Amino acid sequence: MNIFSKLYYKFRKYWKAVQLYLVIAGPGLVVMVADNDAGGITTYAATGAKYGYNLIWFLLILIPVAYYVQEMTVRLGVVTKRGHAEAIFDGFGAFWGWFSLIDLMILDWLTLVTEFIGMTAALHIFGVPPWVTVVGVVALMGMIVLNGRYWTWEKIALLFCALNLIYIPSAFMVHPAVSAVLEDGLVPNFPGGFNAELFFFLMANIGTTIAPWMLFFQQSAVVDKGMLEKDIPWGKFDTFLGATLTVVVAIFIVIVTGTVLKGVDIDSASQAAELLIKTDHYVGTFMAIGLFDAGLLGAICISLASSWAFGEIFGWAHSLNQKIREARWFYASYFFTLITAGLVVLIPGAPLVLITLFVQVVAVTLLPAALVFLILLLNDKKHMGEYCNTLTENLIGGLIVAAIVVLSTLYGISVIFPTMFQ
Amino acid sequence: MLSSFYRLVRKVREINHRYSEPHIEMSRGVRISLMALRIYLLVLVGLIVYKFILILN
Repeated sequence: MNIFSKLYYKFRKYWKAVQLYLVIAGPGLVVMVADNDAGGITTYAATGAKYGYNLIWFLLILIPVAYYVQEMTVRLGVVTKRGHAEAIFDGFGAFWGWFSLIDLMILDWLTLVTEFIGMTAALHIFGVPPWVTVVGVVALMGMIVLNGRYWTWEKIALLFCALNLIYIPSAFMVHPAVSAVLEDGLVPNFPGGFNAELFFFLMANIGTTIAPWMLFFQQSAVVDKGMLEKDIPWGKFDTFLGATLTVVVAIFIVIVTGTVLKGVDIDSASQAAELLIKTDHYVGTFMAIGLFDAGLLGAICISLASSWAFGEIFGWAHSLNQKIREARWFYASYFFTLITAGLVVLIPGAPLVLITLFVQVVAVTLLPAALVFLILLLNDKKHMGEYCNTLTENLIGGLIVAAIVVLSTLYGISVIFPTMFQ
Repeated sequence: MLSSFYRLVRKVREINHRYSEPHIEMSRGVRISLMALRIYLLVLVGLIVYKFILILN
C-alpha cells in the first residue's frame, strides 16, 4: 500500500509538472518547428541526397546552438516586457532601431515569398493551381488570427507543428539500414574531404537553423503570451524541446533523401517529393504534405514577427488577444505582407530564384546585428537584473554568436560570389 | 492621402525623439561592438554594391 501511495504521489507530481508545462508551452516549440520552413526542408533534403547520412552529427550540434541563442530571447522578453525591435530601439537608439526594423521588414517579406513558393510547389504536385493555394492559405491564416485570442492561435500553430512530424514515419517507410545511419551519421566526418561544396552545405544548414525573424518572433510571442519571471525555466525547457524536435525532424528528412535519393542533385524540396513519389507514392506524398505544412508554419510566424515589431515601435495595439477593430494597423500590416508576398508568386516570370538567393544576402546584414544586440542587451544589468547573462552563458553564447556571424557571412558572400570559395 | 503621409512623418519624428538616446549603458565593450558592427555592415554593403556593378557591366 505504501508503495502504491508513493507511486501515486510521484505520478501526481509529474502530471502537475506536465500540466504546468502545457500552459507555458508554445513560443519555443512553435518558433523552432517553424524554423523547418520551406527553405529549411529544401536544405535538409539536398543535404541528405548529396551526403547521405554523413552530416547527421553536424545537425545534432545545432541543437545547443539554436537553444542558447533562442533562450536569451525568452529571458529578455519576460524581464523587459518588450519585443526585440522595441528592445533595440530603446537600448541602442533610433539609428540601429530603424536599421533593424526596415531590414526585418524586407527580409520577412522576401522569406514569406519563399514560403509561398514552397507551398504552391507542394500542392502543385497534387494538381492544385497556384492561385487556389495562395487564396486558400491567405484565407486560412486570416481565420487563425482573427479569432482574437493568442491562446487559440498558439494551439492551432502547435497542431501544424505536430504535422511537421510526418517525416518520421516517412523515414521508417524507406527502410534505412539502422547500422549505416548510426555508423555514418553519428561519427563526425567530412564526406569526400573538407571542400568548398561541403562547406557551402554546412553553412546552409546553419543558416536555416538560426534566422533573424526567429529572435524577433519568440521575444514578441513571449511578451504577447504574458509570461512571467517564474515561467522562465519552463520557457527555457520549451525552447530546448523545440530545438531538439526541429533537429530530429531535419535528421529524418536527411534519412529519407539519404536512403532513396543518394547521389541525386536536389534543387528544391518539391523536386525531391516528385522523385520520391516515383519510388514510393506514400513517402513522396508525405514529403509534399510536409513541405506545404512547413511553408504554412513559416508564413504564420514570419508575418506575425513583422506585425508585432511594427506595432511595438509605432505604438499600435499589437496583440493577438485584440480583435481586428481594436488592433487595425496590426492586422492590416499582417494581411498586407501576406497578400503581397502571395501575389508575387502568381506573377508570370517573377524572378523567384533571385528572390530565394537574395533572402540569404539580406539575412547576413540583419542576423549579426540582431545577435550582437541580443548579447549586449542580455549584459545590461540595469534592465536585466538577476537574469543578466552569467560568465558561462556569455562564453557559450559569445562563441556561438561569433561562429554564426562568421559562417553566415561566408555563406552570404558565397551566394553573392558563387566562385569565391572554389 | 497627404494628411496620412504627414501623420506618418509626425509619428516617425516622435519615435526618433523618443529613442534619441540609447538607454543601454555605453561601456567600452558596447562601443567597440557597435563600431565593429558598423564596419562589418559597411564592408558588406560595399560587396553588394560591387556585385551590383558587376551585374550591370
